[in-house]
Amino acid sequence: MTQIISLLTSAIVFGTVILYGAVGEIFTEKSGNLNLGVPGIMYLGGIAGLATAFFYEMYAAEPVGWIGLLLSFIAAFAASALAGLIYAFLTISLRANQNVTGLTLTIFGAGVANLFGGSLNAMAGGVGQISVATTSRAYRAYIPALSGLGHVGQLLFSFGFMAYLAVAVALFASWFFNRSRVGLNLRAVGEDPATADAAGINVTRYKYLATCLGAGVSGLGGLYYVMDYIKGTWSTDGTIEALGWLAVALVIFATWKPARAIWSAYLFGVLYWAYNYITGLSRASIELFKMLPYVVTILVLVAVSLRRSREAQPPKSLGLSYFREER
Amino acid sequence: MNNHEPLIHIARRSSIAWWKAWLIRLASAVLALLVCALFIYGLTNLNPVKVYAAMWEGAFGTSRRMWITMRDTAILLCIGVGLAPAFMMRFWNVGAEGQVLMGGCATAAVMIYLGRSLPTPALIALSCVVSVVAGALWGIVPAVFKARWNTNETLFTLMMNYIAIQLTCFLVAKWESPPGSNSVGIINQRTQAGWLPSLMGKQYLINVILVLAITALMYFYLKYTKQGYEISVVGESENTARYAGISVRRVIVRTMALSGAVCGLSGFIAVAGSSHTISASTAGGRGFTAIIVAWMAKFNTFVMILIALLLVFLEKGAVQIASQFGLNDYASNAVEGIILFFLLGSEFFIQYSVRFRSHGHRKEAEEE
Repeated sequence: MTQIISLLTSAIVFGTVILYGAVGEIFTEKSGNLNLGVPGIMYLGGIAGLATAFFYEMYAAEPVGWIGLLLSFIAAFAASALAGLIYAFLTISLRANQNVTGLTLTIFGAGVANLFGGSLNAMAGGVGQISVATTSRAYRAYIPALSGLGHVGQLLFSFGFMAYLAVAVALFASWFFNRSRVGLNLRAVGEDPATADAAGINVTRYKYLATCLGAGVSGLGGLYYVMDYIKGTWSTDGTIEALGWLAVALVIFATWKPARAIWSAYLFGVLYWAYNYITGLSRASIELFKMLPYVVTILVLVAVSLRRSREAQPPKSLGLSYFREER
Repeated sequence: MNNHEPLIHIARRSSIAWWKAWLIRLASAVLALLVCALFIYGLTNLNPVKVYAAMWEGAFGTSRRMWITMRDTAILLCIGVGLAPAFMMRFWNVGAEGQVLMGGCATAAVMIYLGRSLPTPALIALSCVVSVVAGALWGIVPAVFKARWNTNETLFTLMMNYIAIQLTCFLVAKWESPPGSNSVGIINQRTQAGWLPSLMGKQYLINVILVLAITALMYFYLKYTKQGYEISVVGESENTARYAGISVRRVIVRTMALSGAVCGLSGFIAVAGSSHTISASTAGGRGFTAIIVAWMAKFNTFVMILIALLLVFLEKGAVQIASQFGLNDYASNAVEGIILFFLLGSEFFIQYSVRFRSHGHRKEAEEE
């Protein structure tokens, strides 16, 4: 029982990182933009949050946790949204190819983040020496009384606030896409921009906003990873990049539905950590186990295209740019 | 009354003189270098001119460095050339990373298991074939699903990368030597069995020749053969291709087999001709960088040489600055990103002419 609880707990922590990435990407993709820059955006969100917290704690006489939290949260969101703006400007206004621009954003984000992260490590005196203890503790704070309620308490209440925020954002997104006028308009833009345009929807504005805000949400995944998952340090081992691609995979697995992304993210977490709880695995076979999330994603992708059910398809104009004059 | 006319008027150019197009590209590259200079200066307060000089030194400073630059350019170019047919068909093969790794794994397997029993020429021939087959297989799988059920190939090939990476990690753990090191080490270090030979005393000359040959062949294939023509018709419009009696499914699968095969061959060159070892970083993100190389060159394999050289130069240069000025090598990725953003953006000004609202233009509108 304890083992199952600990597997589920680590799966939820893992799932939260990619849930942010995926929900942000769903926003973007619903507007018809396939942004392959998610890993880069998550990198930028992570480093912006970490650097802000680092300098705040260095220069503030007595750092206060919640101020550091607020500052780093805003910085992470802003930096990621800015990365989204670069992508949006290139693909929407300058009509550059989406795939190539997204991949470039990933290279750029990883480069900038690791450059600054490495410098922060050097400034702090070595890998693992960055001290943002106060802020990181604020991120990881939970209600001790509730988490003490046995297994259930541990499973439901032992996380930092961002784990709950991720679920809230996903549920909001689900309501937004299905029930709100703006959300339905956004989906129309992603399905058939020419029709949306004819109906009087400002396609460019919708695409810009969805891409920037979506990138902001994706970037929070990087922030959560840095502040909570690895407890306020920086490592240049490329984990964020792998997680970013997993977030892209999760969008497919959840068939572009934010509510479904919640449990899918946790399932990915279980699949990812399962090897830890199976005894007698060699190091080689552990690597095979880590393949699982990607294999099931391919299976879902294939199943979706086989079934051709109308609800499970990607947005129809995903990956295509829209030029009014070239219909 | 004329306020309804938009401030900026964008129109697709019907054609543009080649020198104008290159002038625009050059201007954007210069602009990018200026922005990078600001970025470097803001970060380090170093004189950017000195930094660029150091980059040049790092990439071409000594004969050895120059050969390493050539070696890495060759591999990046080879992957880019492999992607060209797929992209010309508008098939988004973002799975080069995985295809290269599978080719590399196949080569390493031949070198490890048969290194003692076969002579080197046979080893090279065999690993060449095996790596081509492995890469092609990795390319065919998503192609079959695309051709048959229209499964999204961008996402499919992307996922295949990670399966390949985990498979490589699995093999590395299996083959590791010495045990516990979690790396394969240099394969056949003493006997050099299965290594590509040096030509005229230059270790990497054969890589460069091989890749240039592939580049030329691919140029010819895409431009002058029937199959190359079919690829471009399918890329322009699948319906047109069907009317013309081209079997779209067959073209998709055949082209992706070719694309994967050349990427697999790049893995062979990377392992047998360059690193002589295998790890998850054998492809090292070059599968993704090559996508940019292939796209920017507009499927012209000779233009790819230039772009690949530029990117490798940046990478080598940044490693040099990193050690010389105490930055870390990730500076290269940041600089690369900035330059690529500018080059991507410049294509817009080549394809479209942009005019601001002007009096002359207004008169024109009134006449209508």
